[in-house]
Formats: sequence, C-alpha cells, structure tokens
Amino acid sequence: MSEKKFMIQNFEDVAPEALLPRVKEMKAGGYRLGQACATKQLDGTIFVLYSFDLDHVLYNLKVVVPADMKLQSVTGEYWSAFIYENEMHDLFGIKFENLALDYDGRFFKVVTPTPWNPQN
Amino acid sequence: MAKRTIIPFGPQHPVLPEPIHLDLVLEDEKVVDVIPSIGYVHRGLEKLVEKKEYTEMVYVIERICGICSFGHGWGASASIEGAMGVEIPERAQFLRTIWHELSRVHSHLLWLGLLADAFGFESLFMHCWRVREHVLDLFEKTTGGRVIFSVCKVGGVRKDIDAATLKEIVDTLNGLKPEIQKLADVFIEDASVKNRTQGVGVVTKEEAIELGAVGPVARGSGVYQDIRLAGIGVYDQLGFEPCIEEAGDCYARTVVRIREVFQAIELIEKAVELIPEGPIDVKVNGNVDGEFILRLEQPRGEAFYYAKGAGSKFLERMRVRTPTNQNIPTLVKMLQGCDLADVPVLALTIDPCISCTER
Repeated sequence: MSEKKFMIQNFEDVAPEALLPRVKEMKAGGYRLGQACATKQLDGTIFVLYSFDLDHVLYNLKVVVPADMKLQSVTGEYWSAFIYENEMHDLFGIKFENLALDYDGRFFKVVTPTPWNPQN
Repeated sequence: MAKRTIIPFGPQHPVLPEPIHLDLVLEDEKVVDVIPSIGYVHRGLEKLVEKKEYTEMVYVIERICGICSFGHGWGASASIEGAMGVEIPERAQFLRTIWHELSRVHSHLLWLGLLADAFGFESLFMHCWRVREHVLDLFEKTTGGRVIFSVCKVGGVRKDIDAATLKEIVDTLNGLKPEIQKLADVFIEDASVKNRTQGVGVVTKEEAIELGAVGPVARGSGVYQDIRLAGIGVYDQLGFEPCIEEAGDCYARTVVRIREVFQAIELIEKAVELIPEGPIDVKVNGNVDGEFILRLEQPRGEAFYYAKGAGSKFLERMRVRTPTNQNIPTLVKMLQGCDLADVPVLALTIDPCISCTER
C-alpha cells in the first residue's frame, strides 16, 4: 500500500507573506491547482489549504490565516482559484486581496453570512 | 465593436436540471464573456461535521449527489480510513471498485441521454435512459438501493456480493453491450449529432491544464489525467489505462465518455475474475486524530476529500471538492467565442452536477 501515489501526503506549512512566492514556484514547476479550502480549528484559528497536482501526486500548502483575516489571492497565477477564494470569502469571511474575479460576498446565497467564521 | 448585450442563462433553464446562473455577454450572436454564479441551493453539508459523528458523516457525504453517491461514500470512508491508518480487506477494495465502475456506466448513460435531449434528439435520450435502468437494477439487487446505497462504511463495505450475483452482473452488462454500441454509433456517426458537437467548445490541452480541468473534460483535450492511476481501489490489478481523445471539442468529450462506458464494463469483468475470498470489513475503534486527502475518479472527474480529526468522535473538517466545481472555470473558457445557440450543449458538456457543487 505505501508505494501507491494516493498514499503520499505532502503538507508544507507556509507563512502568509510567503504564500504567493511559493505558489509562483509551484506554477513554474508545472503543477496544476487541484483545490483550495479553509478549515476552522477547534482553537478558533483558520488555515487554508492549497492543493497542487503533478503526475497524480498532490502537494499541499497550508497557511494559517492572520488575525486581520486577509490573504493575498493566488488568482494572478491560477485564475481558476477564483471559485475557491470566493467560496472561502463567503463561508469563512477571509478577505483575498487582488482577487481576479471578486463576487464581493455574492457567490453563495447563504442565510447566515460567513457561517464558518469563528466570530459567528 | 458590436453592441454588447448581457443575457441571463439560468438558474432556471430547460437544459439545466439544477440551478446555475451564467451571465452571457454577447456581441451579436457571439458569446464574448461569461460570469458564472452558483450558491442557489447551497446546503452546508460539510458543516454537519459539528453535529454528526465521523461514521455518520459517510451517510451525509454520499447524499451530496444522487448520481455519484457511491463514489462520495467511498471517498468519505477512505479519507477517514487514511486519517485513522485503517487498511481495509482486499475483497472490500474489489467490491468498491465494482460498484464504482457500475456508477460510471449509469452516470455516463444518463449524461449521454441529457446531451441527446439538449440537441433535441428525444428518442436517443429515452433509449440511453432505458438501458441505464438495467444498471440501476443491478444496484438494487446488490445494495438494496437505486440512488443511495449506504454500502460503504469506515472499515470496508456493509454487503458482500455472492459469486452467482457477480456472474449475473457480468452477464447483464455483456448483454447490454450491443445496445450501448447501437447508441454509441448514433453519437459517433450521425451527421446531425456531429454538426452540434464537432469543433464546438474547443479547449486545448494547455488550456485544460492551466484551468485545472478534470475528468472527461481534461481527457477529451488530450490530458493524461485520471486519478485511478494513483492506486486507489484495485485499478492497478486490472490493467487500467485512461481513455484519451485529442480534439478538445464536445465530440471528443462525448467519445471519451462512450469509451469509458465500455472500459468500465471490462474493468468490472476483470475485477469479478480476480476478486479474492475473504472478509469485507475490519473493526474500527477510536477517534480520528490525523488528516488525510483522498482523490477519487468520479464519473464526472476527479473528486477531492479531506478529512481532519481532532481526537474526538467529530471531525474537525470534511471537505469535498467535486468535479463540477473544478470544471466551472473551464466551462467559462469554452463558452467564450461560441454561438449563443451552442451554450446549452456546451453547458452540458462538462456534465455539470450542481447538487455536487452545492454540497
């Protein structure tokens, strides 16, 4: 089992300010964006996971969202990330700067605004 | 520059079984830009991790979709098994693979029917769905359900399939092959079908990679991407190789799905030959304390499951990224430059599942 590609779990912790340079490196390395998602932890902090694929192996960048809830958007490198970043904005309240296609909170029609936000 | 007009497409539209909205920016009859909107029926199923134990979350996740529900159950179970370090018996892996490929057969037949409906070929639509019913009968016989099966659980599967029923599955599918071939001939050879699909909505290989396209959309553009190659299930024992087409148009995506129907039947036949005797589950104790990402090749493409525990019976996160979610940017790209009349067929060509997207 251990030699199978799906068992390889690559996680790398990245500081918020280092996220964009690291994403540029992934792009230059030929990785495609697999997904991005946020997770609210029990201690109230949120981290974002950006997952990249190369030859069926995932590489995940994990960045803890700062207290001001702002991150740099990666849509300048991976335009398709607008789907995930707007989702994280609407469900978690994370603000993405320089978002290529910004729905400004109107991507999801949720009854409770930012339901996953620790302040709610 | 011609005068620009914005036409709303959806969320209610005859070709859309579920609500997605596209703002189509037109110059005369040409679409020059598209802005997609989703979220009309967002259900917040992932948030139920706060209220449902990890074993119950498998039931929740498989209810994301009524078409690929088995795969969602498998993805949720296997991601939790990965986070807990649980290894399931070989027979359970084979059974999961067999049910999953049956799902692919019925999902692609459903999509082919919807495509036929979209370009106005009603009898073809009905025949596709008539043949699909036989596959649903096999699900009912082996799991008790036709839409939601609940046979996957953390630690294996709940039901075994005896040798006689496995043979019946293979015999039934082989009996369906000539009927599916007749349908395939229409999709592949008929001039009116070709007129609506060939050269329409072309996505190049480079664009598909850039936009992160998955599933038949990526493979129809020549991208060698199929997560069944990564070792999940027993595909490595079945001699699996992905179906690739190069043209990148609606026709290529259709041909990929047709080839995958026949390939799925072959994979099931081989799996039935090779399935070992033995247990179908292992006992799972304790709580989830790790994290694990699992990707599964659903009929519509690669799905992503992220399970993260925090040492209790409740997960901290169960994330599901569905294939349609990932293919929406590609849909936007393929609509740019198309004729307004082609929008319904193109919207269907990614096999959109909005209930998956609105998990």
